[in-house]
Amino acid sequence: MIISRHTTQRLAKGVIWVAAFSTLAVMIWILLQVLVEGVPLLNFKFFLDSPRQMGRTGGIFSTIIGTLALTAVAIVIATPLGVGTAVFLREYTRESRVSRMIRFGTDCLAGVPSIIFGLFGFVFFVIFLRMGWSILSGGLTLATMILPTIICTAEEAIKAIPHSYREVSFALGGTRWQTVARAILPNALPGIFTGVLLGVGRSVGETAAIILTAGSSLLMPTSLFSPIRTMSVHFYILAREGISMEMAYATGAALILLILVINTLANWLLWRYVRRVGG
Amino acid sequence: MSKEKILEKGFLLIAFSSIGILALIAFFIFEQGVPLIWKVGPGSFLLGERWFPSRGSFGIFPMIVGSFWVTLGALIVGVPLGVACAVFLCELTPPAVSTVFRPTIQLLAAIPSVIYGFWGLIVLVPLIRIHLGGPGLSVLAGSLVLGIMILPTIISISEDALRALPRTFKEGALSLGATHWQTIWRVLLPAARSGIVASVILGMGRAIGETMAMIMILGNAVQMPHSILSSARTLTTNIGIEMGYATGDHRQALFATGVVLFFIIMGLNTLAMFVSGKRRT
Amino acid sequence: MPDKAKIILEHLSFYYGPVMALKEVNLQIRPRQIFAILGPARSGKTTLLKSMNRLTDLIFGTSHTGHIFIDDREIYDSQISLPELRRRVGMVFDLPTPLPLSIFENVAYGPRLKGMTQKQPLEEIVEKSLRSAVLWEEIKDRLSSSALRLSGGQQQRLCIARVLALEPEVIMLDEPCSGLDPISTASIERSLTELKEKYTIILVPHNIQQASRVADRVGFFLSGELVEEGSSYQIFTRPRDKRTEDYISGKFG
Repeated sequence: MIISRHTTQRLAKGVIWVAAFSTLAVMIWILLQVLVEGVPLLNFKFFLDSPRQMGRTGGIFSTIIGTLALTAVAIVIATPLGVGTAVFLREYTRESRVSRMIRFGTDCLAGVPSIIFGLFGFVFFVIFLRMGWSILSGGLTLATMILPTIICTAEEAIKAIPHSYREVSFALGGTRWQTVARAILPNALPGIFTGVLLGVGRSVGETAAIILTAGSSLLMPTSLFSPIRTMSVHFYILAREGISMEMAYATGAALILLILVINTLANWLLWRYVRRVGG
Repeated sequence: MSKEKILEKGFLLIAFSSIGILALIAFFIFEQGVPLIWKVGPGSFLLGERWFPSRGSFGIFPMIVGSFWVTLGALIVGVPLGVACAVFLCELTPPAVSTVFRPTIQLLAAIPSVIYGFWGLIVLVPLIRIHLGGPGLSVLAGSLVLGIMILPTIISISEDALRALPRTFKEGALSLGATHWQTIWRVLLPAARSGIVASVILGMGRAIGETMAMIMILGNAVQMPHSILSSARTLTTNIGIEMGYATGDHRQALFATGVVLFFIIMGLNTLAMFVSGKRRT
Repeated sequence: MPDKAKIILEHLSFYYGPVMALKEVNLQIRPRQIFAILGPARSGKTTLLKSMNRLTDLIFGTSHTGHIFIDDREIYDSQISLPELRRRVGMVFDLPTPLPLSIFENVAYGPRLKGMTQKQPLEEIVEKSLRSAVLWEEIKDRLSSSALRLSGGQQQRLCIARVLALEPEVIMLDEPCSGLDPISTASIERSLTELKEKYTIILVPHNIQQASRVADRVGFFLSGELVEEGSSYQIFTRPRDKRTEDYISGKFG
C-alpha cells in the first residue's frame, strides 16, 4: 500500500506537533510539580527563620545567606577575570595562536562536569590551600565554573560596540587603555551585566561542586571560612534523606522562583540591550 | 615600563586564567587519581567488575556500563524529541512563536538538576515501580529524566543549525514540487546534519557529566545493570555518593574515576568542536 | 614667499598586505590653506588621510615605504607619541560619529583624554570649539542632552568641534558633507573657510563642485597615484594631464 506524500506529510507534522507539545507539557509538569505544592508554603517566616531540627521545621534563612555569600564570592572573582579576558581577546590582540589557545581553553572549561569541579575544588581549595569547607572554597570553585559564561557574554557585548567608537577615540588621541576604559567598557556594561546574571543563575542552581567544597552546615556563617549550605544543597538533602517533604517542596519552590526571576531579568536585559545597540 | 605596556601585559596574564584553571584542574585530579590507577592496574581498574572499597577492590566497569546505558537511553529519548522540537520551532511555527520559545528554553535549561531529579523521584520512579516492576529507581528513570534535561541543548543548537541554512535550499526544493515535509526530511535535516550531530555530542557530554539528578533516581546499586529496570551507578554518581566519607585509597579511586571522566569529556568536547567547526558556550 | 610646507610626503607607497593602495606619492601641503584631494572611488584618498595620523596602524597588515614629514619630523619614527600625533592631526570622518554621550562630553572627550579635568577650562574649550564649528548658537542651551539626538548636519559639526577642542594644527576631513542637506553643507563649507585662517585643512570633497568652491589647492588621485597637483584655479581651468581633464569634465567619476 503506497501512502501518498501528502498523507505522509500530515502524519509527520502531526507527530512533530505531538512531540513539541508533550515536551512543553513535561517541562511545565516538572516545574508545577514543585511550585504547586511549594508556593503555598512560602511566607516571610519561612525565609527569615533558620532551619531547625536538621531542616524538619523552621525556615531556610541560613541557606539563603549561604547562597548569597557563595554567589557573591564567585561573581567578585569571576567578573574581573572574565571581562579582562574578553577585553584582551577583542582589544589587545588579533586572531592568532594565542587567542585560539585561550578560546580552546575556555570552551573546554565550559564542558567540564560539575562533579569534576567539585573534586578539584576539594583537593585544591579545601585541602591544598587549607581553606577548609568554607564560603571561600565554594565561591572560588563556583568562580571557575562561571568564568566561561562571563567571558563569552562579555566578548559578545564588546563585539557589539560599533567600530566607529574605537576609531573616534583613537583619532582624538586616546591610548588603547583610554579607549577601552572610556569608549568600550561603559557601553558594554549592559551585556556584561547580563553575563553576570547568567553566572548568578548558574551559581544558585549548582549543587554537586558546592557539597564537596562548602560543606553542608546549617549554622549561620561567621566568616568567609565558615562552612555553609545553599538552598539547592538543602533541597537535595531534604529530598534525598526524606527529612521533610513539605520543607523540600517549599525550598524547591523558592529555588525555582529565584532562578526564574534571575533568568527572566537576564533575558529581558539581553533583548533590550540587543535591540538598543541594533537600533 | 609605561602604563600602557603594564596594562597590556596585565590583560594578557588575565586572559590566560581559563587555560591556567584548566591546567590546574587536570594537574590536581591526575595527581590524586593516576597513582591509584597504576597501583591497581589500568586494566583491572577500568574493566574490573568489583567495587568494594573497604576490601581494596576498585573496578569501575559497572559504573562505566551504567553511564553508557543511561546516556544511550537519554539520547534515544532526547535526540528525536529535541530535533522534532527544533523542526517545529523553525519550520512549523511563525517566527514570533520562536522568539518567545527561545528564552523559555533557556529558562528551562537553567532549572537546577536537583529539581529534575526531584520530579523523577516523586513522579517517575513510583510510576515505573507500579506499572513496570522493579525498584523504580532504575536506568529507565534515569534515561527519561536525563533525556529531558538535555533537550534544551539539542533544541537550541539544532534550531540554530536549521536557521543557518540558506533559504535557497528550502525554496529550491519547494519549487521543484516537494512537499514541505519532504523538504524538511530530505533537504533541510541532512543539510543541517553537522550542527545536529554537534548538538548530540554536546548533549552526550552533558548527560555523562550529570550527577545530582542521577543520584536521586538511579538507585545507586553497585552492580552491572542487567535491564533497564535495574538500579545502577554512573561514574559521576559514584563520586558524588562516596566522596563525603572516602579516605585514603578509596578517595584516590574516586579521583581516578574523575580522571576517566575527564578524558571522556575532553574527547567529546574536541569531537564536538571538530564537527561543528565553531565555538559554543 | 609661500609658507614652508607643513606636510611633506616623499615617495610614499602604502600597502594593505600585498595590495598597493598608494603609489609613490610625492606631495607638499602648505599651512593655512584648504587642500582638496580629488579622485574617483577607491583611488586611495581615505588611505592617504589615515596614513597621515597613523590611524592606519589600527588595521592589521598595513605597511608602507617612503616618508611622511610633518614640520620636518618623520611621523613613523618610533619615538613619536601616537596620541600626540593624532591630537595635532585631527580627523573628521565621512559619517557623523557622535559618541553616545552628551554634546558637552563629546566635545570634552579629547581634552579629558589629554588630562584636563577641571570644570572651568573644559567649559571654556567646549564653548570655543563649538563656536568655531558654527554650532554653539544652536545648541548652547542643551549641552547636556544626548548628541545622538542632533540632526546629521549638527552631528557633523559636532565632530568638527570635537577635533577643534584639541587645538590641532592640521584638520583632515573625509567627505564630511556626504549625506547632508545643502544648508548643512553650506554651513560646513563656511566654517572651513573660516578655519583655514588658523589651521592646515585637508579635505576630500564630496564632489568636484565642492572642491571648486572651497579649495585653494587640489591634488587629483587615480588608483593610488597622484596624477596632478596645483592651484584650484589651474586644475579646474587648465589641467595638464588628460586624465585630470576627463575626470573634471565628468567623463568618469
